[in-house]
Amino acid sequence: MLLFILRRLLLLIPTFLGITLLAFLFIRMLPGDPVLLLAGERGLSPERHAALLAQFGFDQPMWRQYVDYIAGLFRGDFGISFSTKRPVLEEFMARFPATLELAFCAILLASVLGIAAGVLAAVRRGSWIDQLTMGIALVGYSMPIFWWALLLIIAFSSTLGWTPVSGRMGLAYYFPDVTGFMLIDSWLSGRPGAFKSAVMHLILPTIVLATIPLAVIARQTRSAMLEVLGEVYMMTARSKGLSPLRVVGLHALRNAMIPVVTTIGLQVSVLMGGAILTESIFSWPGIGKWMIDSISRRDYQVVQGGLLLIALVVMLVNLTVDLLYGLVNPRVRRQ
Amino acid sequence: MTESAASPPPVSPLLENWRYFARSRGAVLGLTIFLAMVLMALLAPLIAPHEPNLQYRDALLTPPAWTEKGRATFLLGTDAVGRDILSRILHGARYSLGIGLVVVSIALTSGVVIGLAAGYVGGKLDALIMRLMDILLAFPSLLLALVLVAILGPGLFNAMLAIAVVLQPHFARLTRAAVLAEKNREYVVAARVAGAGHLRLMFRTILPNCLGPLIVQATLSFSHAILDAAALGFLGMGAQPPTPEWGAMLAEAREFITSAWWVVTMPGLAILITVISINLIGDGLRDTLDPKLKRS
Amino acid sequence: MALLEIRNLSVSFETTAGRFFAVQGLDVSVDEGEVLAVVGESGSGKSVAMLAVMGLLPDTATVSADAMRFEGRDLLGMTPRQRRALSGRDMAMIFQEPVASLNPCFTVGFQIVETLKRHTKLSGSARRARALELLTAVGIPEPERRYASYPHQMSGGQCQRAMIAIAMACSPKLLIADEPTTALDVTIQKQILDLLLNLQTESGMALVLITHDMGVVAETADRVIVQYQGRKMEEADALTLFEAPRHPYTRALLSALPENAVGGRLPTVAVGDWGVRT
Repeated sequence: MLLFILRRLLLLIPTFLGITLLAFLFIRMLPGDPVLLLAGERGLSPERHAALLAQFGFDQPMWRQYVDYIAGLFRGDFGISFSTKRPVLEEFMARFPATLELAFCAILLASVLGIAAGVLAAVRRGSWIDQLTMGIALVGYSMPIFWWALLLIIAFSSTLGWTPVSGRMGLAYYFPDVTGFMLIDSWLSGRPGAFKSAVMHLILPTIVLATIPLAVIARQTRSAMLEVLGEVYMMTARSKGLSPLRVVGLHALRNAMIPVVTTIGLQVSVLMGGAILTESIFSWPGIGKWMIDSISRRDYQVVQGGLLLIALVVMLVNLTVDLLYGLVNPRVRRQ
Repeated sequence: MTESAASPPPVSPLLENWRYFARSRGAVLGLTIFLAMVLMALLAPLIAPHEPNLQYRDALLTPPAWTEKGRATFLLGTDAVGRDILSRILHGARYSLGIGLVVVSIALTSGVVIGLAAGYVGGKLDALIMRLMDILLAFPSLLLALVLVAILGPGLFNAMLAIAVVLQPHFARLTRAAVLAEKNREYVVAARVAGAGHLRLMFRTILPNCLGPLIVQATLSFSHAILDAAALGFLGMGAQPPTPEWGAMLAEAREFITSAWWVVTMPGLAILITVISINLIGDGLRDTLDPKLKRS
Repeated sequence: MALLEIRNLSVSFETTAGRFFAVQGLDVSVDEGEVLAVVGESGSGKSVAMLAVMGLLPDTATVSADAMRFEGRDLLGMTPRQRRALSGRDMAMIFQEPVASLNPCFTVGFQIVETLKRHTKLSGSARRARALELLTAVGIPEPERRYASYPHQMSGGQCQRAMIAIAMACSPKLLIADEPTTALDVTIQKQILDLLLNLQTESGMALVLITHDMGVVAETADRVIVQYQGRKMEEADALTLFEAPRHPYTRALLSALPENAVGGRLPTVAVGDWGVRT
């Protein structure tokens, strides 16, 4: 198992180098003077320009710049935001819990509902339940989620007034930032209503972000289940006299989970993309909103660092999924 | 002679596939809606009741015709500056379908060429290309497209280019996998022995046998392209106002979600219906062209 | 009283080309402790009839019979729950593809213990002990190690042995073996067959052996049923059948044994009208 993990980690090195190279080239591909772009200052004096040029290392040869860039990354130097003058890594860390909380709730909702719907549709193949579930999944899969978010706001926030329109927490509540996760922090604060407020703020963004993964997981679960249900070992399970719940819920689902786990892993990348739209609509103070704001502010150091950090997060999640896959599939584990 | 009289006349593979495809009600429904959309897009200048960018200053935010305050001339209502929403949606269909077509053409062509080269040549080139594709796939697609647009500058054309770059690795991977599977089959060896050149082997001998999955991927990419382009338009990085592109229309409509629901609802519904119809076609094609899934 | 008694069994499937009868008007009875061979070529409906007994047919199948009794109890009139209480305990089945018959996600031990847990009141450690005992009984070396093995780590022959261990877990009165050796190497075939017969003799259970191999029949069966296109062609003692086959289809099957090859070629069992309306 340790060897398995080590080999996976080794395979990541070329991808990691590629991602950093792409992020590195990003600034240099931008049209215009990189010094002006990075500093975000206008009308620089020639002396200041030369000083900045040296500071960013643009006077060095390309390969040297790249080596310095990598070395900087290992020191935690992902650049400095020109609009806030704070290190990019620090800014990222401040916003990451918000995205993580949202993404976690979304993937949880999508997995639980998606697997349940997929199993139900497969077991009742061809029935109206199957057709209805797959019809809804098709709509979800085709959904422009930014529009879906607006519709939900119209229905639940403007018309019914059930949920807030934006942010993570009602303004009336103030409590210390312990973990960065609103659900936990509001619970810890013990302030009446704070936890409820956190939940209410989470509901709509979670639904929006979960929509596409939910549909994909439901479809994948259904087809995996259909394949498994036709296997001989399902006959063996039934011939043992086991209850239908155990036959489907243990013998079939356990095998169907193997491809589904991979699918869920792939959805993490989709989630990070969806977070950009969801967070910008719900003013959710996470990574997605940070990125889109930085792009429109032309804060290129942030865009560069953020791009790299998000890719690293996705890479790490994929690694975790690979390892999980080994846990789910005995055939991989013991090789 | 008696034998040929007894058996039904041979059916061309295309017709056989079509019959299989046509058996799925969803696929036929999808195709019908899609063709209607294409027709709408082509005829938009003729059938649209108004100019898409003409502002009726006396009819700002008119609700749809069937509501109490609606006016018959503006069937789906007007937006904040008095433009007819129906006309804008009809013209928007040209953009969305056009975007899908251009993006898929670029992504498909480049992806197939790259994938063919990687699979056919193999070795170091293959390893290099596939690592590159892995790296592109390591980024969330919308984020990568956004960053590319940030480099190229906002606008519809750059958005299409960025989306094509993001979708392209899927085609490259698929083509490469298919080429690897086909490359050493007897018919390819036979063609090589018969003296076929490299290009002929790649494009005339191998490629036609990899088409099935590519067609399915192209359909999926078509709907992805429409969704992503609309998302970029919505974020202000794609088509710019006053272009009647559906995503850009939604971006302009955002501030009216509390006051004028129709401004928000209609363009999104157009996107949704288009994408659903394409995905229905894609599902039908997958069932038809994937022999593994084919039921007799 | 027969252990299993089936009268006028029909199984049909709804297909796009109309209703298809896999089994039609079949009578079978199995006595306690006997070995019955059901012979026929593939597609003759011999597995389908036995799957109907086990209640393992898919929902698309329609099963009807004048009688289908196990120990005098009407199988068709039972609730699904009552049938589930029987299968795995009093009747068990093993299949043609040993590797595919075992669930790839669970250890062999788990899959044996599962049956014990379902049908017996044994404690956890007693179940484990019984499973190890079964693994030894079916001739799996290093039972302790194999207990924790996954199916993909074992050979086809070992998987079939493990399947037999699962089937034998609750000492069933009836074991149905559906072509248990077809997918195995020739040397292993003999071993598995011997194992089944030994277990049958020791436990005194009834064994229904579905096969297309007349050689297997000759070695094992007390009684034989010959089936063709869903119908019974002939039923006889094994000896009688080999000495004096009455039905022309049986004669055709017997003449297809390798011993009867003429000049390196076998006589064919042509698809023909053996008294069957199709």
